[in-house]
Amino acid sequence: MENKATSDRRKFILNMARGAGITALGGFVWSAYVSEVTASGLILRPPGAIKESNFLKTCIKCGLCVEACPYNTLLLAKPGDHKPLGTPYFIPRDIPCYMCPDIPCVPVCPTGALSESSVTTNGVLDIYKADMGLAIVDKESCIAFWGIQCDACYRACPILGKAITIEYNRNERTGKHAFLTPVVHADACIGCGLCEKACVTEKPAIFVLPNEVAMGRVGSHYIKGWDKNDEKRLEDAKEIKSETKISEKSAVDSLNSGSGDLY
Amino acid sequence: MTKLWNSYRYLILRRTTQFGVLFLYFGANAWGWTLLMGNLSSSLFLGIVPLSDPYALLQMVAAGAILATDLLVGAFIVTLFYLLIGGRSFCSWVCPINIVTDAAALLRRKLGVDAISKKQPASRNMRYWVLALSLVLSFAMGITAFEFISPISMLHRGIVFGLGFGWAAMLIIFLLDLFVLKNGWCGHICPLGGFYSIVGKLSLIRVHHNEENCTLCMKCKVVCPEQQVLYMIGKESIPVLSGECTNCARCIEVCDDDALGFSIRGLAKNKKTGEKNESNK
Repeated sequence: MENKATSDRRKFILNMARGAGITALGGFVWSAYVSEVTASGLILRPPGAIKESNFLKTCIKCGLCVEACPYNTLLLAKPGDHKPLGTPYFIPRDIPCYMCPDIPCVPVCPTGALSESSVTTNGVLDIYKADMGLAIVDKESCIAFWGIQCDACYRACPILGKAITIEYNRNERTGKHAFLTPVVHADACIGCGLCEKACVTEKPAIFVLPNEVAMGRVGSHYIKGWDKNDEKRLEDAKEIKSETKISEKSAVDSLNSGSGDLY
Repeated sequence: MTKLWNSYRYLILRRTTQFGVLFLYFGANAWGWTLLMGNLSSSLFLGIVPLSDPYALLQMVAAGAILATDLLVGAFIVTLFYLLIGGRSFCSWVCPINIVTDAAALLRRKLGVDAISKKQPASRNMRYWVLALSLVLSFAMGITAFEFISPISMLHRGIVFGLGFGWAAMLIIFLLDLFVLKNGWCGHICPLGGFYSIVGKLSLIRVHHNEENCTLCMKCKVVCPEQQVLYMIGKESIPVLSGECTNCARCIEVCDDDALGFSIRGLAKNKKTGEKNESNK
């Protein structure tokens, strides 16, 4: 009788350990897989998409935005696309975003992963508030930088004159021609990708990247003194005092201790 | 012909709803129909009524997402619907994976795999652990963990928006069910099935067994994808109350002796006491 109780207890402990083992194995494989497939930074989302990390937890992958898009711009990532599975994206070189004024893809979103308020000005939908990405020009492959006249991207841009402007420069090589080169302005560009679609080179010399990839970040410790709004940040600034205790010994011995202290 | 209809009527109806729902979704994307738009994760019925997967909502809660009203309303409607008609009715009447696993189960019976080895190496309670694990992972990673690997979504999304390499996942499930584990995916692993099993504990529409008519032929147990729920066959006249029953009704149509049928929960109980009163007289 006592033996049976012991073996039951052993069985129970073994089963629990087995369960824990399988759970750990499954859990690690599962989480590793999910974190790999969602780590794709090079993905362009529909207009009004919230921050990528929030987008991944909020998008329910229903495809209503894809169905709402009249140009078939939006796609749902399928296995093999190497994008977070089931989430909407677009490839501007194939079909860019044509910036519908009524933005049909956004209000249909049931979860708010595409946020209506982020593309609304005074209660009216405003596609110019969208920020899907930023166009980047590769000077090496852009033929305008070679001196060949091409303003395909400039002409294609729906925010012509604001998101892309043409800069004039003297062509020193010929001595009598001008460079007419495109310049993208990040504050106006919304990343629709019409420029990328229009680019005449074999692989586009102007292309849209997600803001997170295309842009740097200054950090909060720089303030533009000439900008009134930026200067206001100083009003709420708190003093941060940091003290570093100087080691008296190393100051004296710095020349004697070899190269260690120099680096 | 009548015989054929009698023994496959629910199967035909189920396949009709399964393909019908997928066809409506497909039409919405391909030809702009507005009857049922989206997919099984979330959709818009008649252009107004939101419908959403309550299990996806649960993962979003765990992941810490901000929940929109449409989503909450949609998940509420779907939950209420399955509370009425039986939680896992989703599994056998709507879910497209059911077609894959039913095919595997049929082939498994035809090949006589279970005659060679009867031992099932895994517990059917695994799905509740997978369900719990999916919520823990969603919470820890801030991502809807199951939605990124779900073969169910892969398939219905695949049919509506393009399958890609999704066929490989279907093949894996088919082979798992065929050779590795009987009812492996739907009956052991699928956390969505686990979720609807919990919802279904309270649902109204039930399969009811009438022991007096039963001849113990056990055909019902052969076709049942969740055999454990039919423990009362030939023993007691009670409804199948386990939430794991998918209301697929295969047991009803294979029964030649009218010992199984659909009933509504409350009414079934009354009928049972009624029968008992009669026998007491």
